Amino acid sequence: MKDRTFRQDHLLGIEHLSVDDIETILETAEAFIEVSSRDVKKVPALKGKTVVNLFFENSTRTRSSFEIAAKRLSADLINFNSSVSSLKKGETLKDTVLTLEAMNPHIIVIRHSASGAPHYLTTFARSSIVNAGDGFHEHPTQALLDALTIQQRLKTLRGLKIAIVGDILHSRVALSNILLHQKLGNEIALVGPPSLVPVEFEKLGATVTYDIRRGVKNADVVMMLRVQAERGARNYFPSIREYRNLFAINREIFALAKKTAILMHPGPINRDVEIETSMADSEQSVILQQVTNGIAVRMAVLYLLKGEIHEALD
Amino acid sequence: MKLLIKNGRLIDPAAGVDRVMDILVENGKIREIARTIKKAPGIAVIDARDMVVAPGFIDMHVHLREPGQENKESIASGARAAVHGGFTSLACMANTEPVNDNRSVTEYIIARAKQVGLANIFPVAAVSKGQLGENIVEMADLVAGGAVAFSDDGCCVMKADLIRKALEYAKMLNVPIIEHPEDHSISGEGQVNEGFISYKYGLRGMLKAAEEVIVARDLILQERIQSRLHLTHLSTAGSVELIRNARQAKTPVTCDATPHHLLLNEELLQTYNPVYKVKPPLRTEADRLELIRGLQDGTIDCIASDHAPHTRDDKDKEFEYAPFGVIGMETSFPVIHDRLVRTKRITINRLVELFSTNPARVLGLKDRGRVKPGFPADLTILNLARRFKIEEKDFRSKANNCPFLGWEGQGAVEHTIVAGNAVYSRKGR
Repeated sequence: MKDRTFRQDHLLGIEHLSVDDIETILETAEAFIEVSSRDVKKVPALKGKTVVNLFFENSTRTRSSFEIAAKRLSADLINFNSSVSSLKKGETLKDTVLTLEAMNPHIIVIRHSASGAPHYLTTFARSSIVNAGDGFHEHPTQALLDALTIQQRLKTLRGLKIAIVGDILHSRVALSNILLHQKLGNEIALVGPPSLVPVEFEKLGATVTYDIRRGVKNADVVMMLRVQAERGARNYFPSIREYRNLFAINREIFALAKKTAILMHPGPINRDVEIETSMADSEQSVILQQVTNGIAVRMAVLYLLKGEIHEALD
Repeated sequence: MKLLIKNGRLIDPAAGVDRVMDILVENGKIREIARTIKKAPGIAVIDARDMVVAPGFIDMHVHLREPGQENKESIASGARAAVHGGFTSLACMANTEPVNDNRSVTEYIIARAKQVGLANIFPVAAVSKGQLGENIVEMADLVAGGAVAFSDDGCCVMKADLIRKALEYAKMLNVPIIEHPEDHSISGEGQVNEGFISYKYGLRGMLKAAEEVIVARDLILQERIQSRLHLTHLSTAGSVELIRNARQAKTPVTCDATPHHLLLNEELLQTYNPVYKVKPPLRTEADRLELIRGLQDGTIDCIASDHAPHTRDDKDKEFEYAPFGVIGMETSFPVIHDRLVRTKRITINRLVELFSTNPARVLGLKDRGRVKPGFPADLTILNLARRFKIEEKDFRSKANNCPFLGWEGQGAVEHTIVAGNAVYSRKGR
């Protein structure tokens, strides 16, 4: 590992990270991959530290991923399940967090449907705050684990064309990825109907196209987003059927990408909606590798925020 | 009861006056205005040397929350805040609980305001019963009870047919309809201005078009009806342009803008601080600059605060869950003076028009907005050189949801005089 320092108190979004920060997280994550391949998958890097998983939205994969990451670092972890929470009793987010903080945790991992909820926590909380997805805003650990996956498969994170296809407007995965690849100087093509891909995203250094073939052409990475039926109900597009006809990825369209191209999806996938089922299971698909890398990236983030130096990789 | 205000620079745009004058007040009314009026025993004197004496300021768009939400504000706390900010008169919106859609609520507000004293409070009644946009209120009865205008404010009238009928009916009564232009089918659950900032920060947006389509709709209706239409808190360059064009076509319309839309833009939303969450939302810098041009060329008639008090807990939330609105009565004058008059965007005379002359005219308050013998002695006395700092501890409002906290500059209210009584005088003289 290069000698880098990570000076962030929180991980709120890719927006606040420097390229150095991103590289530090990815290098640390690479080192942690080895831990997960051992028979005894545990290091004492966060021994004695407490991590709270504060999830106000259903999320099996992200919550489990943070949980496993914390446990492999020997942290104590509690899951705060919103469905049985005080929220039902009308308690505010602030009171919930202040109550949890009275138990002196070190890190709070928050998933919330309101954009900016993690930022709001930093205005009064003492713990390090990790954004595990806020509204339509950011999902930084997803973009970081995507980057780690790209690096593993393509051996580089520079000079790439990244196509992101789907509901860009409502996707925190897309926004974090756009911000990350903008910082790395990659070419970003956003694909979807105009109602879900406002042209203002070009100000973030991306190009917008409504033609999936143009977007995917010569891409190194094709990133599909989950389409929500609810968007159809709100007339962002007329029907799932028409959406599939225009924006689903299949073999014929994927063949327009580079030979070495990989297919990504943050999950959960809608088979035969945004992604043809045989594509999801193809050689080019890295969807499960993304999940695996999620653990290493989240270990890296938790460790860099609160770990004791030199203790991590004994 | 006599009061003599000596040596102040009287600015009364309605009379075309801007010169140093003495003003004698007797029994709550202006008695005499002359270059020199002799002091006499038993007459209280205010030395207004080096100060500006203006006809009492009128904030034509405030929310006093009483009856119903007295934890946020009350007529008493709102009136204290008003006079602290230099306002002698207020027009309060109808979204109380119950809604001010019937004469008994209007009369309650007026009776309560009389008990409190301090400022003149003019109720604005709802356009539609319950602000539901279905049936118009008993306008004549409400006017008889003291309502000076009609507005569904935040519940903008969605049915074009209803606003048409309201404008027509109000024409008979010669009262203004005040419209908060917002097409809810476009703005929906929007939180901020829709555009680059809303996309980058993942916040639901409200297109500028949500405002502009209602401005356009109302102007088209008004072109034929020729009633009194006032469009409140304009926020977009497009709205200003629509009104500018309508004026050229001689369509009768008036409008106002708020200090927050004139001085702040959407860049502030990057912090997710709910204090900047307002409706209409803070827009782009280009919109802000066009609003200022609207002040300069006369398109915008009034500055109104849209004083919208909320409790600390209301605003201490995730951005999405916090209510819309900022308070403004106590900061309107200092921030506008410092940022628009001192920077020579507008003159102090224009400021007086925007704060007093024009709101009186728009609301049809015939004996306000002027300093004239026989008129009520409502005066705002300003020290343009005095420095201010906006601090929560100075607020008389119950609320603190103010986007200008910490701002410093020049221009302070020295005295607020309502019906000849100095209901506010700056401490520490």
